Amino acid sequence: MQFGSSLEQGRRDMERSRREFIRDATGLVIGFSLIDTSLAPQVLAQRSTFPPGAPGRTVPAPDRLDGWLLINPAYGPGYLVQVFTGKVEIGMGVETALAQIIAEELDVPVDRVFFVMGDTAQTPDQGGVGGSTSISQGANPLRNAAALARAVLLRRASEELNVPVADLSVRDGVVTARTTNRTTSYSNLLTSLTDVPLRVTGQGFGLNVQGDAKPKSPADYTLVGTAVPRVDLPPKLTGTFSYITDVRIAGMLHGRVIRPAGVGAKLQRVDDSAAKSIAGYVRTVTKGDFVGVVAENEWAAIKAAKAVKVTWSAPLTVFSTHERLYDYLRTTPPKSSRDTLKRGEAAMAIAGAAKVVEATYEFPFQSHATMGPGCAVADVKADGVTTVWSGAQKPHAMQRAFAELLGVPLERVRVVWVEDSGSYGRAGFEDVACDAVLLSQAAGRPVRVQWMRDDMTAWGPKGPPVVSVMRAGLDAGGEVVGLEYTSYAFSGNEVNAVPQVAGNFLGAQLAGVPAVYGGDEFAEWSRMAPPYAFTNVLARAHLIAGFHPTASPLRSTHLRDPEGPAVSFAVESFIDELARAAGADPIEFRVKYYSEPRAKAVLEAAAEKAGWQRRGDPLVRRTTSGPDLNGPAVTGRGVSLGVRNGTYVATIADVEVNRRTGVVRVTRFVCAHDCGLVVNPDGLTRTIEANLMQSISRTLKEETTFDRSRVTSVDWPTYGIVRASDVPDAVDIVLVNRKDLPPGGAGEPSSRAIAAAIGSAIFDATGVRLRRVPFTPARVVAGLRG
Amino acid sequence: MDLCVTGQVSFAAMSRLSLKVNGKVRTVDADPDCPLLYVLHDEEFRNPRFGCGLGQCGACTVIIGGRAVRSCQTPMKTAAGKDITTLEGLGTPGKPDRVQQAFIDAQAFQCGYCLNGWVMTTKALLDSNPRPTESQIRAAFEGLVCRCGSHVRILDAVRQLAGTRQA
Repeated sequence: MQFGSSLEQGRRDMERSRREFIRDATGLVIGFSLIDTSLAPQVLAQRSTFPPGAPGRTVPAPDRLDGWLLINPAYGPGYLVQVFTGKVEIGMGVETALAQIIAEELDVPVDRVFFVMGDTAQTPDQGGVGGSTSISQGANPLRNAAALARAVLLRRASEELNVPVADLSVRDGVVTARTTNRTTSYSNLLTSLTDVPLRVTGQGFGLNVQGDAKPKSPADYTLVGTAVPRVDLPPKLTGTFSYITDVRIAGMLHGRVIRPAGVGAKLQRVDDSAAKSIAGYVRTVTKGDFVGVVAENEWAAIKAAKAVKVTWSAPLTVFSTHERLYDYLRTTPPKSSRDTLKRGEAAMAIAGAAKVVEATYEFPFQSHATMGPGCAVADVKADGVTTVWSGAQKPHAMQRAFAELLGVPLERVRVVWVEDSGSYGRAGFEDVACDAVLLSQAAGRPVRVQWMRDDMTAWGPKGPPVVSVMRAGLDAGGEVVGLEYTSYAFSGNEVNAVPQVAGNFLGAQLAGVPAVYGGDEFAEWSRMAPPYAFTNVLARAHLIAGFHPTASPLRSTHLRDPEGPAVSFAVESFIDELARAAGADPIEFRVKYYSEPRAKAVLEAAAEKAGWQRRGDPLVRRTTSGPDLNGPAVTGRGVSLGVRNGTYVATIADVEVNRRTGVVRVTRFVCAHDCGLVVNPDGLTRTIEANLMQSISRTLKEETTFDRSRVTSVDWPTYGIVRASDVPDAVDIVLVNRKDLPPGGAGEPSSRAIAAAIGSAIFDATGVRLRRVPFTPARVVAGLRG
Repeated sequence: MDLCVTGQVSFAAMSRLSLKVNGKVRTVDADPDCPLLYVLHDEEFRNPRFGCGLGQCGACTVIIGGRAVRSCQTPMKTAAGKDITTLEGLGTPGKPDRVQQAFIDAQAFQCGYCLNGWVMTTKALLDSNPRPTESQIRAAFEGLVCRCGSHVRILDAVRQLAGTRQA
């Protein structure tokens, strides 16, 4: 079954594309649960049909080579490399990059590498996706396993060809003995990979394995570092790809959830008499304050969710409102405080300074507002055997949480990741999976839950708001003598980004499971902005308790680099203010106080590409794109530096500001990016470009609004993001490829260097410093009016 | 966990409607008020994607009568009998339509969940106006949402098709 059959099908139809084949494999896995649902997770976990004779097991074994990688016959005389990884694709092309890394070690063409991703019954627990670590850490065990597989195959080839291993070379899976010119192929050496042990270290993101083979030296790479096209885009663009929304299970019902009338509202009464006349309506499910409907078809579920009359108690009035949010953060006694950087005596140095500069920067709640609002399918059997299909980033953690929620042993729960839309953190795909589990358990049938737009935008978890208060002293010569950074924020991990307990999920909390606080995650400098080496520095972070501890639509968690954009916005904007106060060029000023050569290199690379003109003189409006200075449009330019876990990013933004309407448009972006060794320059460039657009969106448009009880930004008009008219005329990405360094993170770092670049460009254009994100037209106009 | 369950199963009459997708006619039982999107999904045309159900994002776009329309806002009683084209009706993996090929060449998307809207809107735009200007392209796309921010390459792909180059 499973791969045996899919491979058989592959042989039968040689003409089919590579990705169609993968999708068929997915379909088979899905179909498989229909055959013997009471045994599905256990049987599927065994994988005993491949390779033949391999012992069955109930969980993937990371200490064995075939727990990671198999080389299997397919397509007649060929073979394919099946890779089992706990990493998943969330839209940035990591599948392609990982395929390159594996193909490089094995000396096979990249199109021979196929993945099983994020299936708790088949793949090792690598912690899922998070923190821009899929390449920097997640690729390590795959690279090592592939290197070991190659070594094992070559040992077998050496016996077969009767020459020493040192005499062998491999190209496209064909092994050649140099001295005799005899050849063999990986497809002839297939039984070699069973029972090969690996040494396991670490866990989660840091899980690694090593065997007795060393990976290649990067100097010998021929595939890593090349622009291999994304393997998933042709099937996606030609309509042959399946997302999570396409999963259908026999006997499946369609579910919708009905959320409370506001935070803390308690369920009083449900009247579904109107819903009963809807064709296909099955029932309404309630558990505590969790309410959902299930129906035989999707439209019936949508109509029923509207038709059911639900009576709630009055919501609590515990939110500050978005207008008062920053006052609330600044004036509420912190639940926890921490000094994150302390050097010298900052307060004393500032007190004695010739000039003091102070500023406060504010960054709002933002919504993940994923493109697909969230979808999952759950099949909870009466005996607790459960399969959940989900696009959330951390399937293994969810397996633990659902076992707890259902009160069943871990091995009865299987979570199968299927790609959803880009999630960019703990977006809520975890919560919709929990909703599906609750509804399936109640209905006794598989249930597919599709969130509606407001379920995501209003009720999904949020990126945390941050207030940053900064003070610095300069001496008469413009030297910074002391600097203080103080943040006031909600925890970036109020909802743990690792959803491994039942109390993590919104639906479970509504159903009465006590909410489990994820932990204190501070908005901290220097970790989240460049660590400028001022002599006297004090950085202090305060955490404010969330508005409401359970089932709150304003619960905060990871959204693409949780507090990094907010802290970097503050620090980098303030550096620009200090450079102006000191009469210095903002690039030279940064380099002066931050000696890291890689930071200097990206700043210089961006400056060169952008044609940066030294700035340090009193404000001069530059008319690079030629608007009439007497008219409403003015232009300006700003720079910002982003540093994150060993990745360095410098961006230069050119903006055009309409002084009458307040509309800001970024006309050009230059971004120089150093994340160490580049695995795929084209894929990396695309991901950076997209992150720039998303960050323009977060800087200019995005703010979650709310009254005392409810989130009021619920859809695209009320939670606006970038549209086609916002696209810059030019975006130039400069990749600084450090082949002497290991590959680092690239998904998030460029989001740090955007808001300050745009804000400083607006200042350059108008003389107005915007310190509250987003820079909406109303705020620009208000700033211009002083 | 015990769940409190309320309500009963019920069925009401549906209408038999003609659905013509990508040149093939079939008969479906559907509520005439049901948006076309959900019927397409049941009939296994799943590339028109659910994004908002409110006509705000364009992920569910199909082409009816040469125009890009939002299937989540098009009731079956309006769509029945009309010529409907979905993404599945353009090209195949082996032989992509020129719009699909241009987006593949540009490596234009991140997650790709929204791409149906961009591809179908581009198709409708170019069919009615083969050489749109930059402002016409942007205007045609203003109603579409891409959360990942893939816009830079999307516009590049369409400029390529339109034979225009940004100044």
